[in-house]
Amino acid sequence: MGRLRKLLIPGVDKKLLVRDAVKTMPELTRRRFITAGTSLGALTLLTGCDVVDSSSAEELLKHVSKFNDAVQAWMFNPDALAPTFPESMITKPFPFNAYYDLDDAPEIAGADWKLEVRGLVENKKPWTLDELYKLPQVKQVTRHICVEGWSAIGSWTGTPLRDFLKLVGADTRAKYVWFQCADKDGYNSPLDMRTALHPQTQMTFKFGDEILPRAYGFPMKIRVPTKLGFKNPKYVLSMEVTNDYKGGYWEDQGYNSFSGS
Amino acid sequence: MTSLAVSDHQAETATPAKVIQPVWVRMVHWINAVAMILMIMSGWQIYNASPLFGFSFSSNITLGGWLGGALLWHFAAMWLLMVNGLIYLALGFATGRFRRKLLPITPSGVISDTRAALTFKLSHDDLSKYNSVQKLLYTGIIIVGVVIVLSGLSMWKPVQLHWLVSLFGGYDIARYVHFTCMALIVAFLVIHVALALLVPKSLRAMIIGR
Repeated sequence: MGRLRKLLIPGVDKKLLVRDAVKTMPELTRRRFITAGTSLGALTLLTGCDVVDSSSAEELLKHVSKFNDAVQAWMFNPDALAPTFPESMITKPFPFNAYYDLDDAPEIAGADWKLEVRGLVENKKPWTLDELYKLPQVKQVTRHICVEGWSAIGSWTGTPLRDFLKLVGADTRAKYVWFQCADKDGYNSPLDMRTALHPQTQMTFKFGDEILPRAYGFPMKIRVPTKLGFKNPKYVLSMEVTNDYKGGYWEDQGYNSFSGS
Repeated sequence: MTSLAVSDHQAETATPAKVIQPVWVRMVHWINAVAMILMIMSGWQIYNASPLFGFSFSSNITLGGWLGGALLWHFAAMWLLMVNGLIYLALGFATGRFRRKLLPITPSGVISDTRAALTFKLSHDDLSKYNSVQKLLYTGIIIVGVVIVLSGLSMWKPVQLHWLVSLFGGYDIARYVHFTCMALIVAFLVIHVALALLVPKSLRAMIIGR
């Protein structure tokens, strides 16, 4: 085996090469998916590549992920509804899930909170919780699917986002609705307009017929049953209708941006 | 010395060795090997994010470093696997290779060939003909390959392809199906590689064709 390695790259110690390559990668995120040093090293041995060029592999993967965004947008049927379930199938207890502990979840005073509406909309007036509660609401019992693979069925009640966008005079030809939230480290996420206009995409105020608890995103979450869980914003502070791709908390770290179900 | 070399050369050109594996089979085979290894190693990393069973895969044998990286690998290699697999299926049917090589499979043939294999009496003289055990395993692994792609698609697009999810009996069951198919492919891989090493001329045939 040792002789074989020497034959692959004469005079170059593979381990040192990998170590040097890793040193040139400062960002944590970048390291996170490339420093699988051993497995990547093993892979290059398998494929016979001489040099571990991790940055070009990373670039290629990013390109494919963008291609996958386009494929998923093409596959997305605006009329296809996420399956709904009887209330007896609701997962209890419904899991709390975030990149922080429940103790660190935002604590928002409902009376002081206002939803900011920005960007390509006619009416940019902020909305109080009482005003939002007066809008017509619908309930959905759908499956929340996490990017990690697990899933849970929950009951969410609120106003279809498309009704609200119509109400504030949003330019629905714009590309995205971009949400900013109160999570620590500043969670945000872009939602493509076609998904924003999907009949089941909802401004959620209740979980299981009760006012949305802190664990699930009080005062407002955006329930998107046609997206993976990480693209369902909680503790929403503002929404912006925009043509610009502004990135997102998870999207910027490498999760596929469309991540449609 | 020289004359010996020449006569060897003449002998070779006079009776050219029969092509056992045509070039398209060899190409899709090795592309599939790369795609499968990428899918399995990144799949193990994805599994670790939310294990179905009471164990995780060691990070030494996974690809991607973390869930996000593994998903990028998995959803890139899936194109390689799927496009290559479709070409294989199309050519396998169109050229008649599947019918010629994999059929018929009879229970009695499988039993007698298994017995012969276990007592080391199975002949490998003609590599262009598969024995019954090979026929069964190769047909089986093609079906497993189709099922792992379909269960994977249903997990990737559980809303757009909800009919496919229902076919598997639900999202959660599709995850178990996907995992089981992976386990079957890994088991096949172990046997397949071990036997190829035991009968090196079969490995040679998959590389140079003869």
